[in-house]
Amino acid sequence: MSSKFQRSNRAGWVMAGPAAVLIAGFVILPFFFAIALSFTNQRLISPNPTEFVGLANYRQLLGMAVLTVDPVTDDAGQVVMKDGAPEYPSLRSLTRNNPDYPHLQGMREWSSFDWGQSRVYILARDVVFLTAIVNTFIFVIIVAPVQAGLALGLALLINQRMRGINIFRAFYFMPVVVSIVVVSLLWRFIYDGDSGLLNNLLGAISFGAIPPVDWLGNPSTALGAIIAMSIWQAVGFHMVIWLSGLQTISPTLYEAGAIEGASKWQTFRYITWPGLRNTAVLVLIVITMQAFALFAQIDVMTNGGPLDSTQTIVFQAIERGYGKQDISGGSAISVILFVIVLSISLIQRWLTRERT
Amino acid sequence: MAAITLTGLKKSYGQAHVIKGVDISIADGEFCVFVGPSGCRKSTLLRMIAGLEDISGGTLDIGGRVVNDLPPKDRGVAMVFQSYAIFPHMTVRENVAFGLTIAGDDKATKDAKVAEAARILQMEHLLDRRPSQLSGGQRQRVAIGRAIVRKPEVFLFDEPLSNLDAALRMDMRMEIGKLHKSLGATMIYVTHDQVEAMTLADKIVVLKDGLVQQIGSPMELYHNPANAFVAGFLGAPSMNFLEVEVLSVGNGAAVVRNGALEAVTVPVRAGTPRPGQRAQLGIRPQYLAPAPAGEAGQLRGTVILTERLGSETVLELQLPDSTRLIAALTRDAVFDLGTVVNLTFDPAMTHLFAE
Ligand SMILES: Nc1ncnc2c1ncn2[C@@H]1O[C@H](COP(=O)(O)OP(=O)(O)OP(=O)(O)O)[C@@H](O)[C@H]1O
Ligand SMILES: [Mg+2]
Repeated sequence: MSSKFQRSNRAGWVMAGPAAVLIAGFVILPFFFAIALSFTNQRLISPNPTEFVGLANYRQLLGMAVLTVDPVTDDAGQVVMKDGAPEYPSLRSLTRNNPDYPHLQGMREWSSFDWGQSRVYILARDVVFLTAIVNTFIFVIIVAPVQAGLALGLALLINQRMRGINIFRAFYFMPVVVSIVVVSLLWRFIYDGDSGLLNNLLGAISFGAIPPVDWLGNPSTALGAIIAMSIWQAVGFHMVIWLSGLQTISPTLYEAGAIEGASKWQTFRYITWPGLRNTAVLVLIVITMQAFALFAQIDVMTNGGPLDSTQTIVFQAIERGYGKQDISGGSAISVILFVIVLSISLIQRWLTRERT
Repeated sequence: MAAITLTGLKKSYGQAHVIKGVDISIADGEFCVFVGPSGCRKSTLLRMIAGLEDISGGTLDIGGRVVNDLPPKDRGVAMVFQSYAIFPHMTVRENVAFGLTIAGDDKATKDAKVAEAARILQMEHLLDRRPSQLSGGQRQRVAIGRAIVRKPEVFLFDEPLSNLDAALRMDMRMEIGKLHKSLGATMIYVTHDQVEAMTLADKIVVLKDGLVQQIGSPMELYHNPANAFVAGFLGAPSMNFLEVEVLSVGNGAAVVRNGALEAVTVPVRAGTPRPGQRAQLGIRPQYLAPAPAGEAGQLRGTVILTERLGSETVLELQLPDSTRLIAALTRDAVFDLGTVVNLTFDPAMTHLFAE
């Protein structure tokens, strides 16, 4: 006999109602709104009526071109040298109102390199957004494996019977409980260029041989500093997920391994790791998604700078949508991020699928 | 060659002494069964032999080496667990070959040895399956396969059949018996099932609360139990005990009596009862029988339960002093509940245990 609750549809809907309304209002509706807005020219506050603009926002964000430019030659066909290097026509002359290159109109240089005699320019309609995408991918590619690996290492270390092991567990988990904003503020002090903890520490252990570095103020170290701090902050969370995975592995399997003579490494390879398959998929997907959503650290620590070296996709979405009130541009960025994360999750699932 | 000798073996967890000095010697090639009720520490003892639990005192000698402090892999033992402990992510073939993989054997050697083990256990057709596609009995075969493939000198079994249903248990029991004969290895087998103990063992060790109660061949233990615990543990249904008073003792026999039982002369096999002492008189259910019509018999009881198994009829009877007795008749018979039955037994077949 099923109870009345199990049979009555109405009671079920009433109970699920509040949660369903909230999820619909704050997750599902905004999701479709963002998709719809990304095809318009809507601004956050604007007297003009909204217009449908098709893919214009996406073209603006993702438009790229490759341009090969030959050096300037004089009348004799000789390459003009300037300060010991060949001179090239100025890029501006090609991308500003140049009737020969209408498709380059308004593009800017993202990077360039020399190819034999000529110079190759990679142009982007939105250089900052392109930088944000690249930075975000660098962040994900470094954070996902390093954080997952470190978390697994910690989980293996604390998954043993030992006096006081809970103290270690608490220590590793603590940064997770503290708000990321607070953590970011603290790390700003650690990374401080003059009297930061990190500089003091490096100075002390090297007896002053390592000069102070302005970790967050230097374009070559800022992203790395944020990566290190982000790994540290969430490693405890993933450690706990790994730990729960470790504890689902039956202890008799380890005993069977011990009887058969498995070394520590063989035990890990043949018993622990296969037993963690599903946990590994979960941890990787969660880290990847969290890493793509990188925002708070940037907002608190660098604001995307110095020289756009720490721009990220989500930071750009919010900067556009609210900072510049370009809500349709921000929405388009969100949709791009959604597509990226969805494809990567699908690829990860496919790569880690159960092979039969 | 691997004889096993346990000398004064002890185990304690802090203040809790769970194994209190155990001496057992098991000859090479012997099938030894540790038997006892749940919680008597038989698994703990087995795990100490395997190296999965530390030894707190005494010595453990396997094949002439003291192995107290050696890790499991250096003791030359293989173990089959109650929960099978086969690796869920590996095929049967990989599971069986696990010990060989660990030892770094090449593929050809592995294939040959796995095929040999599969043939012995009749599971060639299962080799490419995953454990989730196997029945309980098949999983246990895989676990046994993993144990035999390395040809260890000692096999340890911890209640390997207790997760199987009755019919399968009997099949596997016979297979393990055959396996022992064909491999000739020393085997230690833990169970709380006295039928497994009686049928498989060369030597039975009865344990209770971390102490050895008696060691001997199944028939020695059955016919000459050292105490009431062993007597009650072996044999099904278990032995009946009557509280009696010892009247006189002499010539390897004693005269005993109680309120429901006329004075009777019984043999003394264990201990030294003294006149005037209270004692337990053990009578196996199989030796109690209804008295021929017209005879009074030695005991009278009211039938309170009958179980008819076809080949056997089990009666539960209540004596006037409200003691309960079980009688097992080797034929099919009908008894109405509440009938009073006169019972006889052969005093020579009883066991007297003084307290
Ligand atoms: N860590 C421990 N601390 C104290 N006592 C323990 C500990 N581990 C086990 N024991 C004792 O050991 C007993 C269990 O022993 P064991 O598992 O060997 O019994 P068993 O005879 O195999 O029982 P079963 O037939 O149920 O498997 C428990 O009753 C417990 O008292
Ligand atoms: Mg046990």
